[in-house]
Parts: sequence; C-alpha cells; structure tokens
Amino acid sequence: MAGVNQAARLLGIAPAMPLADARALVPGIDVHEAEPAGDAKTLAQLAGWCERYTPWAAVEAGTPPGSGGLWLDATGSAHLFGGEAALLDDLVRRLWRLGFAARAALADTPGAAWAWARFGDEDHPVLPPGNAKQALADLPVAALRLTPADVDTLDRLGLRRIGALYDLPRAPLTARLGSDVRRRLDQALSALAEPISPRRPAAPFTARLAFPEPVGLQADIEAALERLLAMLCARLEAAHLGARRIDFTIHRADGSFDTVGAGASRAGRDPRHLMRLLAPSLERLDPAGPDGHSGVEVAVLAFPVVAAFEAGQRAMPRTGAGNTHEGASALVLAPRPAHTAQGDPEIAALADRLAGRLGAANVRALGLRESHWPERAARSHALLDGPPPISAEPRNAPPRPLRLLARPEPVEVTGTPERPATFRWRRFAHEVARAEGPERIAPEWWLALGAPPSAARDYYRMEDRAGRRFWLFREAGATDARAGRWYLHGQFG
Amino acid sequence: MRHPGLIHQRDKADPDTLARLRARIAHIERIGGAQQVVCPLGAPVIDEALPWGGLPRGALHEIAGVAERDLAAQSFAAVLLGLLARENHGGHGGRPVLWIAPDEGPYAPALPGFGLDPAQVTVVRARRPADALWALEEAVRCPALAAVLAEGPRPDFAQSRRLQLAAGESGVTPLLLQPTLDPLPSSAAVTRWRVASAASAPDGPDAETVGPARWRLDLLRCRGGRPRHWLVEWNHETSCLKTYRLAVAADARDRPGRAPAVYNAA
Repeated sequence: MAGVNQAARLLGIAPAMPLADARALVPGIDVHEAEPAGDAKTLAQLAGWCERYTPWAAVEAGTPPGSGGLWLDATGSAHLFGGEAALLDDLVRRLWRLGFAARAALADTPGAAWAWARFGDEDHPVLPPGNAKQALADLPVAALRLTPADVDTLDRLGLRRIGALYDLPRAPLTARLGSDVRRRLDQALSALAEPISPRRPAAPFTARLAFPEPVGLQADIEAALERLLAMLCARLEAAHLGARRIDFTIHRADGSFDTVGAGASRAGRDPRHLMRLLAPSLERLDPAGPDGHSGVEVAVLAFPVVAAFEAGQRAMPRTGAGNTHEGASALVLAPRPAHTAQGDPEIAALADRLAGRLGAANVRALGLRESHWPERAARSHALLDGPPPISAEPRNAPPRPLRLLARPEPVEVTGTPERPATFRWRRFAHEVARAEGPERIAPEWWLALGAPPSAARDYYRMEDRAGRRFWLFREAGATDARAGRWYLHGQFG
Repeated sequence: MRHPGLIHQRDKADPDTLARLRARIAHIERIGGAQQVVCPLGAPVIDEALPWGGLPRGALHEIAGVAERDLAAQSFAAVLLGLLARENHGGHGGRPVLWIAPDEGPYAPALPGFGLDPAQVTVVRARRPADALWALEEAVRCPALAAVLAEGPRPDFAQSRRLQLAAGESGVTPLLLQPTLDPLPSSAAVTRWRVASAASAPDGPDAETVGPARWRLDLLRCRGGRPRHWLVEWNHETSCLKTYRLAVAADARDRPGRAPAVYNAA
C-alpha cells in the first residue's frame, strides 16, 4: 500500500502494508494503482497554488517524487491571514475543499514543522517559538526525516524517541550512524540552517491583494492591479529601482491560477505605463476560471527583474552637435547616439506596447556586423533585450539588396557566367538585360571552423528587361560538387 | 509637353497658389513645433509639382507597387523614409524611424544606400495586416519618431482618416506601402504614388553594366495638385534623386502591345 485515506486508517490499514493483508482486513477495499508521476505533478501545481500565501513555496524532494510534502515559508505573511494558526486553518480548509486531505504544521525550522505535521498534535499545529525541542522530544525518531535503515539502527540501540538523542555525545553518535542523524536533529532544532528553495525564485518586489469575496469582473481585477502597481511602484521609487519584468497572477477560489507577464525595454516605475504594458494580456485572464463558475480570491503582482532607474531620463538632445555646453557633460557618457531607438523614453514606451501585443521577438533593432559574409553582415536583436553591441560603421561596399532571402534559392541560369542570358526563379523566367560581377565573397576563416565549410561565392547583380534587379551568386571552388551552381540571394529595388 | 497634364498652363496657377497658401497657413500654425513641416525630395521638378514644395510631414502618404517581384515601391518608400529621418537637409544622421513589415524587413547593409543608419531603424514584424495597422496607429502617436513605414495594411477610409488626424497632431509621417497593384481603397492620404522598375542607363563606358536604379514614378493623387509622371534615378552613393522627363516614342526593346516609352534626360 502506497497511501491510505482516513477511513482506511481507522480500519487499521497503514501504508507499506501488503495488499493481501489489507484485503484480509477489509475485503471490499477500493484499490487504485499508485501514480507517482501524477502525484508529483499535482504537488507541483499545489505549490503554485500556495503562492497565494507566500512567494516562498517549494515541493519537498521526496523519493519517489511526489511522495513528499510542501514547504511554505510563512515569515512575514502570517499576519495577512490573522495569525499563524489562522493561516494553517485556512490552508487546510481550502485544500479540503479542493479534495485534498492535508496536515499542516508551523514551527521555527523546516525540520520541526516536518516532524510536527506528520507526528505531532493535529489540534495544535503551531509550535510556539522556542518550543520545538520540548515538543519533539516525545516523537518517534522517524519524524527526523531519517532513512528506514537509520531508524532501524536507532531502534536496535533502543533510541526510539527524539528526546533520547538530545543528551548523547555527538562524536560517538556520528561515528556509529554517520553524520545524517546528527544533521537532521540539528536542522529540526534550528542549530543548523536549512533554506527552502522556492518553486521559482521569489521576486523581491511582490505584493498581494486578497478579496473579501471572490470577484468575477474584469474591472475588479484591473482595479486590483492598479492598486498593486501603485503599492509596488512606490517601493521601487524608494529603492531607486525600476521594473524590467512584471508578472501578474490571479488565484481563483477553485484553486486554479493564471499568470500574465510583460517586459519593459527600460526600467520603469510609472504605474500608468506598466498598466498599459499589461493591459493587452489582461484580456487573457479569465476571472471565472476554466469551469466558468469560480471567482478570483487573491491577486499577486511581482517584479522579478528590476534594474537601476535613472530619474528624469529624458530624450537626449536630438541635434548631435550642440551638446557641448556646461552641464551637458553627463551626456558624453551616453553609450548610444541620440538618434537610436534606445535613446528615447517615448520610443521605449512604444516598443513596450508593440512587444506586448506582437511579442518581444517581433520588435527588433537593426545593426551591422564587421563581416563580408552576407548572412552575417546584418544583425538584428529584440529591442527589449537592451542596447545592442556597438554597430559596425557602414562602409563603402558595393550595393547590397534591400531584401535578402532567408536562405539562397537555387535558380537555373542559361548563358555563360560572363554573359548570363536568362535565369528562372520561383517558376518565372527573367531575361537578363544587364549583369555586373563577379564580386567574390568568401566566408571568414573562423566561420569555416567546424562543419560544414561554405564555399566562396561569386556574386552578380543582374537586371532583367523590366529593370528589376536581383542578387545572384555562383558557388566557386574547383573540388566541391556544388561548384558552379547558381542561387538567388536577394533583390534590389 | 505632350503630356495632357501640361496642356492647361493657364489654369495651373490657381490651385497651386491656393495650395501654397494653405501650406503656409499650416506652417504658421505649427511654427511652435520643433520640426520642419515640409521635407523636400531634393529633385526640384518633383518638389515644384507638389503644392507644398516637398513632401508634407505629419501627413499620410501611400506608395503602391506594381508586382510582388518588383521592389521599386519598397525602395522609393525607403528613400522617403531616409529623407524624412534626416534632421536638416543634407545633414547625416537624424531621428529614429519604424519599419513595419510582414517578414524580416529590410536587409540592414542596404539601408545606408537610402541615407539610413541601420541603428536608427526599428523593425516591427506584423504578419497579419490588422496587426500592422494597429502598430502603425500606435507608432503615429509617438512624436519621437520621424516617420513610420508600414507594408501591407489596407485601412478603410475611416481608419486612414484616423491615421491622418493622428499624424497631423504628432508630426510623425506615416507611409503606407502596398507592394502590389490591387485596387486601393479610397483613403484620406495626402499623396498617392505608384512606382515601377525601369531599365537602368549604362553606367560608364561598358553598356552592359548595371547603372543606378531607375523607377517610373507616378504621382497618382495629390491633394491640391494634379497627377504627374516622371522617370527618376536614385543614386545610392550620393543619396540623390534625379528626374528625367517621360516622353512617348518607340523603343525597340519594348514588347509589342504595350505602350512603348523612351526617356530623355530633363
């Protein structure tokens, strides 16, 4: 038996009992296959659900996965629920409504809480500060998160209660049992710190808002978000920081939760601006939940990524030359010229809005790279990723096409390379009126490191009878089987 | 002089004068604004044909192409974008612009050939025309931009009117690019252009080499002006637009059945 419910327990069935024994005890017992993977998944979901109480929620790494419990660090959040006992009461009641029988305990250390939740007094789940040593003394040693082998050894030594370990000299204990028992004891009695690693890193800037009654209107959620933004932005201001990333989560009465997020191209702390960034994704938050009958109980706003905020970061003077007056010396340090998109807060705000609807990857800054190889010469990166590396200076190269195909497309060319007559691209034939070339472009040697080496290319500009211009190349190289093949790579205007 | 548009010499003064006066009033009204109201194309023949003496900023302009495979319209739009982004006429560098495209957008190394520093261009990828139109509307309201070029969206009249109003308020110049020659819906645009590739002239002694790009440029519609046609040449090294007069004559290279044309230097 992997797990039993309350009714079975009352009938004397316990975990780890063979199924045949259980059947002998209760012939009509309802048996289901254990699903450790499903348990682990549910547990992870519950950890997310528990973030309504505290950002520090973690799944205990049990063996097998899913057999453990959940950790919650309630430091600083218990008062929001009317005290520690009330928090635990709320937690267990809600879990019960979601269909989970849970035992919870709260203590000074994770180890003591683990012991008390499993072996302690269910009617008094909160261990008052400093009481752990006394309270744990009567619990079986298994409450220390020991391996079954260690429990057996202690049993053979006659050490069955935790209290029996207190006065043992450390050295012989460690020599006999390894350091594990001692470590677990120290962890439970707060002699050894044991940090809880949350499900995901908790944001230093987090605020939550609980509704007295579950709400179902979009307007209520927006109002809550506005209040949370005002709260957190005030804290950002005090810390001289701005938010680069915003996550907004709603927790519904049925236990489900949804998160929407937005990124900002520069650290911001204007609540109205951040509100505009989140506004497009707010529509995706359904207060009623998947079954359509629920409501939102808790809203949580977090700024997981914050950065230094430069107050009064205004547009730099648009004329590049005139900023040599006194007092403008700070501008000299500006890493980007004034005319680029990054230099202007209005454009940054626009880029944020565009990225909010179209996706951050679809708002791109362009640049040049010090490379002759056409695929490498252009650089583009998402504007929200921050300022790009300094772009290479445009140089006096032969004309380049306005459009470069994502990859060169093979074309049939008639005539000689010196005098091409026609080429056929995407089923249409173009009669070559003028041609210019070749311009030999070879991949830089460091690109050829690793496989597969690209052949050098001979590029031609060709104009057809209608005056349309195309960029074609012919693969060079005597040994390559592809040598002499033609490709179309771009189009001029 | 053979073009019908040039016959009515006597009537020509009135609408043009009116339009010039209107442009002047617009200029006076916006005298507090930081930017120049009119952006000359640098080709005197075209600038004189436009009632404002150039392309008015803060107004909607439409550029249509003739075929998907012909990038002349995109190139001309890039030329306008480069001119609009320039701070002062002739000066290099300038203000940021936005290029809304359904795909990867322009190839950055080509941009300096249109007077644009790649660093001043932000590309917005919007696959759906509705998204492109939305992005254009958002961008037009951002006065830090000099101009926005949008490929693909087809606003209806009310939407184009909204764009035009927003542009007038912010001073941002929206350019609507329609790569193919589908019939365009009527719109509130101030000018509408059509651009097609034309055979280039021999560059240097070798008649076979490819010369600077030439386009047939049709000003299809112009508020306060009348339709005109030119042959233009864009020099990507000097960033200069040069006009040639379009004359009707026979040309051996043209296929039969199409109106043949040759071009004389103006």
